Amino acid sequence: MGHIVLENVVKRFGETEVIPPLNLTIEEGEFAVFVGPSGCGKSTLLRLIAGLEDATDGKIIIDGEDVTEVSPSKRGLAMVFQSYALYPHMTVRKNIAFPMRMAGMPEDEQERRIEAAAKSLNLTDYLDRKPGQLSGGQRQRVAIGRAIVREPSAFLFDEPLSNLDAALRVGMRLEISEMHKRLKTTMIYVTHDQVEAMTMADRIVVLQAGVIEQVGSPLELYHEPQNVFVAGFIGSPKMNLIEGPLADEHGAKTIGIRPEHISIDTAPSPGAWEGTVGVTEHLGSDTFVHIHGVPGCDPMTVRAAGDVAVRHGDKVFLTPNADLIHKFDAAGQRMS
Amino acid sequence: MAIVAQETKFGRYVRPVLAWVIALIFFFPIFWLVLTSFKTDADAVKPEFLFFFTPTLDNYLNMTENYDYWRFASNSVVTSVLATALALFVGIPSAYAMAFNPTKRTKDVLMWMLSTKMLPAAAVLYPMTFLAKGLGIYDTHFIVILVLTLVNLPIVIWMLFTYFKEIPKDIIEAGQMDGVSTWGEIKEILIPLAWGGIASTALLCFIFCWNEAYWTVRLTTTDAATLSALIEGNRAPEGLFFGRLSAVSAAAVGPIVVLGWFCQKQLVQGLTFGAVK
Repeated sequence: MGHIVLENVVKRFGETEVIPPLNLTIEEGEFAVFVGPSGCGKSTLLRLIAGLEDATDGKIIIDGEDVTEVSPSKRGLAMVFQSYALYPHMTVRKNIAFPMRMAGMPEDEQERRIEAAAKSLNLTDYLDRKPGQLSGGQRQRVAIGRAIVREPSAFLFDEPLSNLDAALRVGMRLEISEMHKRLKTTMIYVTHDQVEAMTMADRIVVLQAGVIEQVGSPLELYHEPQNVFVAGFIGSPKMNLIEGPLADEHGAKTIGIRPEHISIDTAPSPGAWEGTVGVTEHLGSDTFVHIHGVPGCDPMTVRAAGDVAVRHGDKVFLTPNADLIHKFDAAGQRMS
Repeated sequence: MAIVAQETKFGRYVRPVLAWVIALIFFFPIFWLVLTSFKTDADAVKPEFLFFFTPTLDNYLNMTENYDYWRFASNSVVTSVLATALALFVGIPSAYAMAFNPTKRTKDVLMWMLSTKMLPAAAVLYPMTFLAKGLGIYDTHFIVILVLTLVNLPIVIWMLFTYFKEIPKDIIEAGQMDGVSTWGEIKEILIPLAWGGIASTALLCFIFCWNEAYWTVRLTTTDAATLSALIEGNRAPEGLFFGRLSAVSAAAVGPIVVLGWFCQKQLVQGLTFGAVK
């Protein structure tokens, strides 16, 4: 269960077309992540699947059934919102029980599922508290608990970790990934954070202006970005995109090289790009060196070893790993 | 040096005195009314007895036989309670629809509703009277309840709309995902969350219904007449019986003043809600 197909789905708000005809299939049991900059239509797409927005055109098919006109509650999906969207007037127990109560489930079964969900989410001690008495992370766990107990055919997550602090985000990211491994239920996860996308997804859908730029596994996107947008969006720090004479040498409009695929040296070597060190960011394990003066890309970022000995103003020479240079044509598409 | 607002003499002494003076000016008519209600009719018209007189309870004790007070009071209670209930019954779903499923025209609809309050009531006096008489519902509880509901509905919907707008849409959508029906959303989520707002709206609507005089005077004679109609109706013939009239007036406004006093907090919150976030 949890096979979702979007066929030529279109969404317009008045005259504005936020999603032009779009086709996408999400396989059963898959962890799909929609990623893109804000305003790219990823949340709208998720809300279309949920049924919280009506599709202007096209079909949404879940497990072989056309649900385009079906209300959200009848689609068998569960959603976790960025704002948690807990019912503030109900205790944690009642929040989690709510969807089961609405479905008319017997009380002993409700109780059994609440206990199981609370145990797996470390909420047992908080069942009789109200959401207002919980921390952000606990609230998000309650929201996840409320989704789990329904045993939905797919989980929809709308930027669920954006309101949490950085440390908690990493922890929750792991918890959600583990939950997916355990439940093996289809999950669709919307985020603007490409680190979340890379670490969690089986498959990433990169969106820009309502258009799917590329669909693929995290490593496919990393190694073979299909266009300049995906190249620049996936990877941290961002890929260096170079235009001008250096790109011309490779017969491309734009070439891309990731910061980790450039070696830095203070001694000149043949074919190396010359530049001046700007800001260096020391992370301990790595150092991000920002280099000025390379034609067509200013600044260029290089990921160097943690103990690299360069200082602001030093003259350095950069050698890209020639095998890992990505080439893009004038339309921004990958050249084979 | 840190900049600290200095308390001036004006702020410290003059302002409270001014506030008290203004409050007393506003309160004086009520005070005078209550004071007069303890005077005999003869004392009531003598200015020299303003503060010094022999108090009597006769006006209150004879209220029932003089005016049939309890009949009017029960009419007031029945019509105000039912009109408030009806206004909420219609207003809650309407405000819910506009707050959570707005269309391009929602603002216009709200303005149109409010515009009905700008219409002078006198403009529809004749049609209303003829309709009521023609339909045989003149001087019935039914017409009073209907009219009280209709005149207060715009305010009720506006207030509820403002309260409902404060509820995050995500919570309603979470409800939809969790499988509640529209009625379930209202009953399980909206009403519990907006309970304070609904209570203040109900309270204010009840007060407006209780105080309504224009329509209750004109659409009733005896059977469905409320306390405000009673006072209004006795103004001219009883002009000389200030003591009695004051007693019945005090007994008419008393319940609502007491109610308002106890619910001050709710009312103030209700009236200023949404003004400051």
